Amino acid sequence: MADILRERERQVYRKGGQQPFQLDCEKQSAAGSVSQRACVFCGSRVVLYPIADALHIVHGPIGCASYTWDIRGALSSGPELHRLSFSTDLQEMDVVQGGEKKLYAGLCELIDAHQPKAAFVYATCIVGVIGDDVEAVCKRVSLEKGIPVLPVHSEGFKGTKKDGYRAACDALLKLVGTGSTESVTPHSINILGDFNLAGETWMIRDYYKRMGVEVVSCITGDGRVDEIRRAHGAALNVVQCSGSMTHLAKQLEEKYGTPFIRVSYFGVEDMSKSLYDVARHFKDKEMMKRTQAMVREELERSIPQLADYKRALTGKRAAIYVGGAFKAFSLVAALRHLGMTTVMVGSQTGNKDDYEQLRELCDEGTIIADDSNPLELSSFLEEKDVDVFIGGVKERPIAYKLGIGFCDHNHERKEALAGFEGMLNFAREVYSSVMSPVWRLTPRRRGSNLEVVK
Amino acid sequence: MSSQPRATRSQPRPNWVSTRNPCKACAPLGAALVMRGIEGALPFLHGSQGCATYMRRYLISHFREPMDIATSGFSEATTIFGGEKNLRQGLDNVTSQYHPALIGIATTCLTETIGEDMHGMLHQYRALPGEVDDPLLVHVSTPAYSGTHIDGFNDAVRAVVEQLAEAGHAPSAYLDNFVNVFPGLVSSEDLRFLKEVCADFALPATLFPDYSETLDGPSMEIYKKIPEGGTSLAALRATPAARASIELGRTLRQKRTAASFLQERFSVPAKRIGLPIGINESDIFFAAMEKLSGHKTPEKYTRERGRLVDAYVDGHKYLFGKRALVIGDEDMVVGLTSFLAETGVLPVLCASGGKSGAFARSIAEVTTHLREPAIVREGVDFMTIAEELALKDLKPDFVIGSSKAAKLARTLGVPLIRVGFPIHDRIGGQRILHLGYRGAQQLFDLVVNTLLEVKQDSNSIGYSYL
Repeated sequence: MADILRERERQVYRKGGQQPFQLDCEKQSAAGSVSQRACVFCGSRVVLYPIADALHIVHGPIGCASYTWDIRGALSSGPELHRLSFSTDLQEMDVVQGGEKKLYAGLCELIDAHQPKAAFVYATCIVGVIGDDVEAVCKRVSLEKGIPVLPVHSEGFKGTKKDGYRAACDALLKLVGTGSTESVTPHSINILGDFNLAGETWMIRDYYKRMGVEVVSCITGDGRVDEIRRAHGAALNVVQCSGSMTHLAKQLEEKYGTPFIRVSYFGVEDMSKSLYDVARHFKDKEMMKRTQAMVREELERSIPQLADYKRALTGKRAAIYVGGAFKAFSLVAALRHLGMTTVMVGSQTGNKDDYEQLRELCDEGTIIADDSNPLELSSFLEEKDVDVFIGGVKERPIAYKLGIGFCDHNHERKEALAGFEGMLNFAREVYSSVMSPVWRLTPRRRGSNLEVVK
Repeated sequence: MSSQPRATRSQPRPNWVSTRNPCKACAPLGAALVMRGIEGALPFLHGSQGCATYMRRYLISHFREPMDIATSGFSEATTIFGGEKNLRQGLDNVTSQYHPALIGIATTCLTETIGEDMHGMLHQYRALPGEVDDPLLVHVSTPAYSGTHIDGFNDAVRAVVEQLAEAGHAPSAYLDNFVNVFPGLVSSEDLRFLKEVCADFALPATLFPDYSETLDGPSMEIYKKIPEGGTSLAALRATPAARASIELGRTLRQKRTAASFLQERFSVPAKRIGLPIGINESDIFFAAMEKLSGHKTPEKYTRERGRLVDAYVDGHKYLFGKRALVIGDEDMVVGLTSFLAETGVLPVLCASGGKSGAFARSIAEVTTHLREPAIVREGVDFMTIAEELALKDLKPDFVIGSSKAAKLARTLGVPLIRVGFPIHDRIGGQRILHLGYRGAQQLFDLVVNTLLEVKQDSNSIGYSYL
């Protein structure tokens, strides 16, 4: 059983034990715990990254820019400025004398060279310490170049990844409301919190189009500055990845009176429900009919294929460790659809409500963990004899080292896993890992196989 | 070398203030990698949570192995009041979770900027009453605003040696007839190769760092908190008792390295040679091994050399006059350039994000026979390189270097031959053998076949024989 740090004992829960449900969360990671979380900067960078016609410049020493260069699978249908890495690459003398001059010069030259629609300036750890007035530099460049230049207060130490989401939302709020909403129709939405990984936003957009819903802005997936500027014209904000974008949705509700709903595009049940929820919001019978027809059509296509996968995967055990807990809900349901059991589920940034919901969703004996680490995760995988682990790049070697299947459900993925089609891809991803013959050769499974041979 | 270096010296960088598509990572990353090469050790970063996580991810994507890096996880309050409490808690937690023999602590830009007194804090921490098996603590200063991951790597090698070296101490297995080998940032396969060579020369050696097993280990049934392998603490304590140190890397010259420390402090003679890539640099390496061991080069290697020369002959026409852009860490680029130049390839531009000050001269030293000296650029990024290629109409036939050059190669419409570090878009970067005649053989076949593939695919004939 896992060796859990004392500080973390209340962040791991086993369903079905005698203890009342209690899970500590939304805490700073314990020093030395080897958390899988990143920092404030990461939160901001993740959210704003897919805005493809904006310049993203990291103000600080080179590392933060190097480690986030083209790190995600967020696709663009046009400009690809977001896939380049720009940094002020602060040197020792800049740290001593301040980095404002370098930031000013860097911003100016890059804006001249690339003609972006806006620029985001990410403040990293030491910028907060050496006291650069990033705000003032941004204001000045904005006036001189005639585009919005937005500071993102993402100093790594100033909280957790969630605070980074907030800083990104605050930067976005300065953009929203600055464009014309003239041609926006009443049945219109913004898509919040879909990052167009492997083109997922395009699939979702297509569903909305078939329903007769206008998408004003996707904000964070295949994002465009001009669309974001007119996002306040939409009648509804549809929020996925609630951890990162709820703050923006709430602010937009407060400022512009735009209501929002939470959705998930993962798994056929959640996908269908999301579309129905949007249709229901507009109280338009025709739209509802179109939605029903579309969902039926999509399900007719995917259900038989999913049934095939289910036959092979029934009874297999899965573990989930993801960034936001919201995605975990859908994954538990999607895995169940494939006949699989989730024996461990955790997230980096879930909150109390999220974990309560997860507890309700999961079977007895499931381990629920907040802000876990490699030693805990590896011990959970061993204890529960997991067949496939669903997580991100940092979780992958934990599974593989133990001879356990893996499915990448993080920002780096190359397979679209959202929507009806995405559910098929997800099933195929899980299937192609779980059913691989390579596990038979690993020390972990070899023992039992040898017995079979005898 | 008495003659003037023939390579073009670095010119003032074009007027770009910003770094665009960087060709370097930051110093703590190199330090964390070194700490993973010590037996029973866990790397630890004193700074924000994100640094450790980003560097883990960067290293995991190359090695495809678990890479745990702990952190003191700075918060706003820590930054204002100092990180001692977090450092202590972090070290306590790492000790109780991992039971490491050593914790290798590197600083970050944040902790260097606020001026954390690592020496003092660790001294205080050690003075606290603890368990008998408390881990050793070593630390290295790696301000990310100075130098690159290679500087962090080399500084960490030196810091560990400095802090662990004990005079008059020799592990019994080695007697007093061993050498220290400081290989620099090479692949896990390269490290295994170096160990094999030392064994074949019957030369006991302390190889440091040694992540040949810790970052390329076998599949496990039970997760190992700290993977097996790495340079032993006993060997690290005994470095002053070595007969000599060899360090690999021509651009190390202006650095205070582990070998130079051992020479100054303990009079251990230091031998500095280039990374043995290609025949010329490998000849120097094997000559050094002969001298140190007193043994002739085993036939196994002379035969490898013979086969390699034969292969060079077989393939020479495919390579002659082909133009290469060589890009990556400085010593890797110097070695690759030496190898390419001796096969008839024309290295048109040799570039690195590093800035040792010794890059241009090192390139010049290994390309004296070139009729057209290579252009050499240090401290550059990928966009600057792209601009220079266009401006000078350099038209490379291929790019050789890290996977970070993939975008550039794609824009140029030429193949990228992935070698060195990092390789994030292919499997097996840790298993590429660059060193020795054997490594050169693999590189040579790879380069020739890549160019043959271009030849075959770029016309409608589809040759059956080439």
